[in-house]
Amino acid sequence: MDKISTSGVNIMSSMDEIALSCSNEPSNPIADYEKPGYKLCSYVDRFMKTNAGVIPIIKTKLGKDDLFSTFYVRCGISRHKYTVAPGLYGIGNPDKNSEVLITANFKLTFDHLRKELADINAWILVLDTKGINVWCAAGKGTFSTLELVNRIKACKLEKIVDHKRVIVPQLGATGVSAGDVKKLSGFRVVYGPIRANDIPAFLKNKRRADKNMRQVTFNLYERFILTPVEIQIVLKPALIAALVLFIVSGFGPGIFSFSGALERGWISFFALITGIVSGGFVTPVLLPFIPSRQFALKGIIAGSVLSIPILILFSNAIKGVSGFAALFLFSVTISSYLAMNFTGATPFTSPSGVEKEMKRYIPVQLVCLVISSGLWIYSAF
Amino acid sequence: MKDLRYLDDVSSLVLDEEKCIGCSLCTEVCPQAVFEMRDNKAHIVDFNACMECGACVNNCPSKAISVSPGVG
Repeated sequence: MDKISTSGVNIMSSMDEIALSCSNEPSNPIADYEKPGYKLCSYVDRFMKTNAGVIPIIKTKLGKDDLFSTFYVRCGISRHKYTVAPGLYGIGNPDKNSEVLITANFKLTFDHLRKELADINAWILVLDTKGINVWCAAGKGTFSTLELVNRIKACKLEKIVDHKRVIVPQLGATGVSAGDVKKLSGFRVVYGPIRANDIPAFLKNKRRADKNMRQVTFNLYERFILTPVEIQIVLKPALIAALVLFIVSGFGPGIFSFSGALERGWISFFALITGIVSGGFVTPVLLPFIPSRQFALKGIIAGSVLSIPILILFSNAIKGVSGFAALFLFSVTISSYLAMNFTGATPFTSPSGVEKEMKRYIPVQLVCLVISSGLWIYSAF
Repeated sequence: MKDLRYLDDVSSLVLDEEKCIGCSLCTEVCPQAVFEMRDNKAHIVDFNACMECGACVNNCPSKAISVSPGVG
């Protein structure tokens, strides 16, 4: 009996400890909003009841998971499904007089906006742009007049705010017609600054943007941050190219030799890497410092400067002038093509200009590739 | 953009100054500062900076501006 009672007491005391440690845990008011089958988003701070339903109020500080995801997406990993749910969100303590900021449902865009809005009370209306940023979505037609008008109606924005005004990021103007939005929804479009970090100053200045806020930039960091995706995009074609290189490198006096394929394929693989680094990384980063306005020519210049020292380094393994010329042409052509491809990622190239450049340089690049292959096979004999 | 320029004389931008009603919205939406207001009319001041994004065309209330880029 004695034994039982002691163990009983023991059990009780240990249970008390558990109960005590449980009650000491910080209460999580957000948990009240949990629903079976749904998951609460980590960027939601709390929820607010409004005349148009319960609206999530989001955090202005990015968490560790946001930063990790940003890193992955910048590297091109699952960047096509990195989205937030379209609809209305709040920031700070928004009320009927707060501004309504329009944005895209690419999570990178959403994070970029909210982290600049500390100490600001505003509504954020997220349009369904299929996970694409504002400018690209505006160009593609998903960040559009119709989507904005439909989203304003779906969220019952007229019940949320007393004014009739929405702030659309300036780069959204490519897809939005202010006049049509006014006609179709009654809301007046005010074009906000290009960059999210200018929004606090823009709001303080009675919704007026100064000249700098209205012009795009493309500085060293802005160019650099795009390069991992440029490289990631070419990884798959590069792998196929490498296989072809090993096969082409096998052709020689004995019709085909595996030792030749390995020995010479290895060197041509370095020429390929040189071309990719030159066109996909060096040219974008050093863009304003490389002569010529034509991207294809910038790629040729960067490719030449980079490939010559590398080929000299490997000169022992390259047979004769024809082998040297073949690899040089190959690196330069790859560099030129990838540099031209980068026009699509810049904020200052016109489609008409890119078309002109492509018409001029794609035939040149193709001819160079054919000559290079011919020389490479010839150099084996 | 001043430090980075693309090809000259390629843009398909056309502004019909007669149609312009002077609302200045094009100077607001253009990300390349192509337009400026003079005597209550929009003027193209940096034609070669135009990247044919179409923001001005979309927002001009009097349809005074056009761009017609190809496929790009």
